[in-house]
Amino acid sequence: MPDRDRAFVVFDGVQKSYDGVSLVVKNLNLEIARGEFLTMLGPSGSGKTTCLMMLAGFEVATHGDISLGGQPINNIPPHRRGIGMVFQNYALFPHMTIAENLAFPLQVRRMGRAEVEEKVQRALEMVQMGGSEFAGRRPAQLSGGQQQRVALARALVFEPDLVLMDEPLGALDKQLREHMQYEIKHLHERLGVTVVYVTHDQSEALTMSDRIAVFNDGVIQQLAPPEDLYERPENAFVAQFIGENNKLDGTVESISGSEARIRLDGAGEIGAMAINCGAAGSRTMLSIRPERVLIAESSAPNRLDGRVVELIYLGDHIRCRMEVAGRDDFVVKIPNSAKHSVLKVGETTPIGWLTDDCRALDAA
Amino acid sequence: MQRGMMANGENATGLILAADGRPLKQSLARALRLQKLRALALIAPLLIFILVTFAAPIADMLFRSVENSIVPDTLPLTVQALADWDETSGEPPGEAVFVALHQDLLAAVAAKAHTRVGSRLNYEKTGLASLLRKTGRRVKRMAEDGNLAAQFAKIHKDWVNPEIWAVIKRFSGNYTSGYFLNSIDTRLGADGIEAKPENERIYIFLFERTLLLSVAITVACLLIGYPVAFLLATLPMRTSNVLMILVLLPFWTSLLVRTSAWKVLLQQQGVINDTLVFLGLIADDARLAMINNQTGTIIAMTHILLPFMILPLYSVMRTIPPSYMRAARSLGATDWTAFWRVYFPQSVPGIGAGAILVFILAIGYYITPELVGGTSGTFISNRIAYHISSSLNWGLAAALGVILLVVVLLLYWLYDKIIGIDNVKLG
Repeated sequence: MPDRDRAFVVFDGVQKSYDGVSLVVKNLNLEIARGEFLTMLGPSGSGKTTCLMMLAGFEVATHGDISLGGQPINNIPPHRRGIGMVFQNYALFPHMTIAENLAFPLQVRRMGRAEVEEKVQRALEMVQMGGSEFAGRRPAQLSGGQQQRVALARALVFEPDLVLMDEPLGALDKQLREHMQYEIKHLHERLGVTVVYVTHDQSEALTMSDRIAVFNDGVIQQLAPPEDLYERPENAFVAQFIGENNKLDGTVESISGSEARIRLDGAGEIGAMAINCGAAGSRTMLSIRPERVLIAESSAPNRLDGRVVELIYLGDHIRCRMEVAGRDDFVVKIPNSAKHSVLKVGETTPIGWLTDDCRALDAA
Repeated sequence: MQRGMMANGENATGLILAADGRPLKQSLARALRLQKLRALALIAPLLIFILVTFAAPIADMLFRSVENSIVPDTLPLTVQALADWDETSGEPPGEAVFVALHQDLLAAVAAKAHTRVGSRLNYEKTGLASLLRKTGRRVKRMAEDGNLAAQFAKIHKDWVNPEIWAVIKRFSGNYTSGYFLNSIDTRLGADGIEAKPENERIYIFLFERTLLLSVAITVACLLIGYPVAFLLATLPMRTSNVLMILVLLPFWTSLLVRTSAWKVLLQQQGVINDTLVFLGLIADDARLAMINNQTGTIIAMTHILLPFMILPLYSVMRTIPPSYMRAARSLGATDWTAFWRVYFPQSVPGIGAGAILVFILAIGYYITPELVGGTSGTFISNRIAYHISSSLNWGLAAALGVILLVVVLLLYWLYDKIIGIDNVKLG
């Protein structure tokens, strides 16, 4: 975690309202370290893009301060913030060639012609577009992936300390998107530039980020490195939003230390990690990842009966939907290996999990 | 090998064949023929309507700019006899021509055609209309066997003036360049084409004025319309739709009413002058003359043609995503640089469309300059209308119309060369 003095970008109590009635961003406090790759992840309308736009200077914070490198930037217009930005649909200027697009940020900074040419060439090479055939083309003559690279090069060509990316891969097909994720990640590692990345695609966020801020309803729900976010979600929203999750509803019976005893609705009592579940007697949502559910293993401390509703063969694993504790959306991922018993639809089988793998969260 | 190629629908000559052995091109044409016929049937009503009510009358009208058959049709024998006369001799033609003229006039008077040929020739030489009218009244009383030249000379001494005969001879063909020469302030003299005397020159000046005022109106529309279109395109859809109604509102009012409103506003005792005097900005005896002159024409026509500038501009600007401006600003451009280097070039197709629309509408505009233009603010179209409805010199009106049409097409071509017609976007 970056401490306050080293923080490069700081949101301090930032609020944003468009209509004066409701807040799109509610009391945002966020510190981003120099060189960090931070992703703002959340469903649409969660306020993540608004945060990015406030940082870029296209939206004004209704309340609170944003500072960049120790300088408050609330009153600095976008063009003097020196922040590179990659837009959702690239926003490459259609009437300019690729070279002209890349030269634009350098020309408005009144750089010499030779220097501009050299930097443009270097930036194109950086995104593997160095071939002479590209520089003279217009954006419309490039494929989506190539446009994406040019947009990236343009945001980096004037060597900004901070680059913002607003769902930059949204328009690409799946394969290209995955490829570009690695490229952006490697570029970030190589250049050491600070990146704030906005996406609603969790796998994108998990692949690239140092830390992820999960947004919902104008509030950061959890700010953590990818593995923490997946394995140690702090509330029901994050557990449900990141990865696949099984939820079971229940009531807290008792809490002792970090563990809680939970009485499930329509089933027995089990143990879970008390994360965010409140005191005894309050409602809670249990979260268990599908791959952490154990099937037909007598050693599991928390055992329930599950009836197989559906089996889907997915090659490396079998996805088994079960009816557990009155819910029929309980999913178990069974690795496709010889030692696993073959299940049949309609069969009832004991399931269980380790107490560490089951997290008692707020009842959402 | 050969068989394999045949199976692929290719014969020995490399021509691709359809499954039934016909050339593929022919098959395709056959398959598409029905489609084309159906498309043609759909547009046929409009096509016929346009041909009958628009294209044909215009073609007929334009043909009048060179048509001169009234002279050879009404005076066939005279025209024939005049062929032998040398107009440079300085002598009136011989007796044979007068005999022919007598014959022609007898027939023409019976058909009441002599006044028409008179007014035709009067365009080229003033006085010929009255000469023919006067002669027509007396031609029946002339003695057929006497000296006809002398008798004609007695009716009017112009009949022995070689200049008159030279004019008749010059305009005796089925086609004439007379109207066109007239339209560019020249005439066909004894030594070929010559400029008209200075006090009769009017059309070149009028064409120039029409072009200049049209350019001024187009520029004014662009200067006023661009910011409005920009505002409309950047505002939220709901607000801009309301404002768009205001832009379109003038279309719901009669053109005449709008032009008359300008009369009320601009005249010397009008609202604007009254207000300026009231505010003490101008003296009561120095009221501005803003109507019945070029100022009036420019103001009123800019107002009337403004929507034609705003609409194409708006529809082009609407398609420019706001992210371009944002991108430019994030890359370090000031608001002005972002606008000038990123937004403006992308709005050029709209400027092109709007400018060409306004300019072409302006160059042929008639009602507004007629009502508010006075004498110094009228256009060539007002002159054309005058020749169509008042002076009835349709040939000249047609020639002026053709020149106007050619000028517009020329400018259009020039525009295509410089800016490119592909760059025009109406929506």
